[in-house]
Amino acid sequence: MKTSTRFLTSCCAAAVMGVHATSLSAADLEFYFPVGVNAPAVDTIQALTDTWAALNPQHTVEAVYAGNYEETTTKALTAANAGQPPQVAVLLSIDLFTLIEEDVVVPISDIAHTPEDQEWIDGFYDGFMKDAEFEGKTYAIPFQRSTPVYYYNKDAFRAAGLDPEAPPTTWDEMIEMGKALTVKDSNGNVSQWGTRIPTLGLGGAWLFGGLVVSKGDVLTTQTGVEARIDTPATIASLEFLLELSEQGVMAPGGISWGDTPKAFLEGQTASMWTSTGNLSFVEENATFDWGVGFLPGGDGPGAPIGGGNFYIFSDTTDEEREAALDFIKFMTSPENAAIWSIATGYVAPRADAWETPEMKAYSERLPQALVALDQLQYAEREFATFQRAKVTQHLVDAIESVVTGNAEPAEALRAAQEGADAVLGEYK
Amino acid sequence: MNKRLPFGLAMVLLFVPCLLLVAFTHYPALRALLNSFWNNASSRRPSKFVGVENYQTLLEDDRLAQIMLNSTLYALGTIPLAIGLAIGMALLVNARLPGTSLMRLSFFMPTMLPMIAVANIWLFFYAPGIGLASQILGVFGLPPINFLGSTETSLVSMMFVAVWKEAGLFMIFYLAALQAVPENLKDAARLEGASATRIFFNIVLPLLRPTTIFVAVNALINAFRLVDHVIVMTRGGPNNSSALLLYYIYEVTFSQRDFAYGATLTVLMVCLLGVLAAVQFWVLNRKAHYQ
Repeated sequence: MKTSTRFLTSCCAAAVMGVHATSLSAADLEFYFPVGVNAPAVDTIQALTDTWAALNPQHTVEAVYAGNYEETTTKALTAANAGQPPQVAVLLSIDLFTLIEEDVVVPISDIAHTPEDQEWIDGFYDGFMKDAEFEGKTYAIPFQRSTPVYYYNKDAFRAAGLDPEAPPTTWDEMIEMGKALTVKDSNGNVSQWGTRIPTLGLGGAWLFGGLVVSKGDVLTTQTGVEARIDTPATIASLEFLLELSEQGVMAPGGISWGDTPKAFLEGQTASMWTSTGNLSFVEENATFDWGVGFLPGGDGPGAPIGGGNFYIFSDTTDEEREAALDFIKFMTSPENAAIWSIATGYVAPRADAWETPEMKAYSERLPQALVALDQLQYAEREFATFQRAKVTQHLVDAIESVVTGNAEPAEALRAAQEGADAVLGEYK
Repeated sequence: MNKRLPFGLAMVLLFVPCLLLVAFTHYPALRALLNSFWNNASSRRPSKFVGVENYQTLLEDDRLAQIMLNSTLYALGTIPLAIGLAIGMALLVNARLPGTSLMRLSFFMPTMLPMIAVANIWLFFYAPGIGLASQILGVFGLPPINFLGSTETSLVSMMFVAVWKEAGLFMIFYLAALQAVPENLKDAARLEGASATRIFFNIVLPLLRPTTIFVAVNALINAFRLVDHVIVMTRGGPNNSSALLLYYIYEVTFSQRDFAYGATLTVLMVCLLGVLAAVQFWVLNRKAHYQ
């Protein structure tokens, strides 16, 4: 009943509008999306979705806020296994291998095969496309992509006698400047730490990837079956994290991802490593002068890329796929990518989005936003393999056991490598 | 008045609850048992019967060993503490002191909040440097403690939240039981010159035993059943120091999507709970005094 009413409405709409008289027949889309930042993301997504629906009255689309990234992936996979997948969803870029293994997504390059489509796909930054491709096909379209940057409190830099326009660029400078930035109260307790790099959980593993890239290595490759957990670069990275707390620059023990922006805003730390997804949150709440720089690196700049991509599910009709593709094109168009980026702090994934007047005004008002874009050329894919959750857990355990003082870096990483190899063995 | 139910109607009335029981309890349990003998199939790995292979993995799983230890400590720590605290609070609010109803309300308040909300509140309390706990420590000139970020304190921090949340509920049961203790027994004891402590240990406490059995079984079930705070606060970390068995089942099944091993862990948990409940009833029932 509902479908037929919708069909009637869309026929009428198509007839009335004329413009759409030649367009494809109607499709009802369901669109799952997660929210992973402190920003009014749901409202922005809903507004963009409503605009697309108004422009395409022959189709309908229902935007479903499905929780955080992990919950959204679980919901989408459960729905797909039950034969009722969403047609389109924003899921973690690193879930690519899981989605392929479960055989629930269709390569976007199989749907978008005209030369114009190819040109559109080529318009995205290469850094964001690295983890959207597998075996020569493009499976995903970048949407809410982020990369971590070094946020610092310029007032604290001034108070410590440091140049507020010259944040640290190397690990050594981070320790040196961190010592100057660390402030103790009359009881000898630290009231302001020099820096704060989250080390716990998946957030910790994500940032750890950036440390490794800056030492000239990567944690994973595009094959999805290789985990490079026990290498000289990873050992050096983990030793650096330990050194930060041994030198009294960073709080000892595990550091949580969630408390970090708050600790920075409350002045508990003079600098922090966190996602660009927190840019608008910090901008709104900071009561001091703050700046953003590249992540200080071991041998040079280096950062991980994270965030979510659009996927189209395979259990869909041709009409639904075409409509989903059109929806994705709309959401990532320069104007809409700019709206999305300004509302959240995510890095707009296409060069043409940065050319829009809105985006130019935004980067003038908030030049910090440009830092992430400039850092992109030094960024590498986030840790992703088949059986990602299982393999990443080995890395997470290794990092956590070392920062909490329960293991030595080399030994913990060797154990993690063995665990990861055991899981990936059957895929090679 | 006492007309017999027609056979057909009885069958219909029986059918509905039985259907629910089978659909939501027996079938999933049986299915989990069956799944635990198969591998975790996907498009790249065909489904096959693996016998007891998943159970061998269970024995060799280092994480599971740590998690079983955590769960044991968690149960041993939270159950007696919650029960002790509940009895104490029940005695306090039963003593007809001024402000009793306000006290009852404040003791019961944590129970009414959903666990997710409780966990988020405590996340703020525990935040090193900025949280309430750190600020209280700061007043005494003590350094902040990284409650959730170190392996020594994370599990204890979880236990504290659970006790805080649960003691209020158990207090209600004890309060009801206390009010059912006959006054004449206490009066008789007083006539014989028994002290208040003596009355509590020799008269009140034995009469509370059925309540204690009920509360202990519930506390045990909750110790395994409630993991929302772990998910919100630590996700089992750091280094698995606050992971509990049900959280591990959740992670393996829905995050790692290893349904076969998840089913194996579920079988382990069901067996464990069954044995514990049986032992508990057997031991405590022998000594219980039902009126």
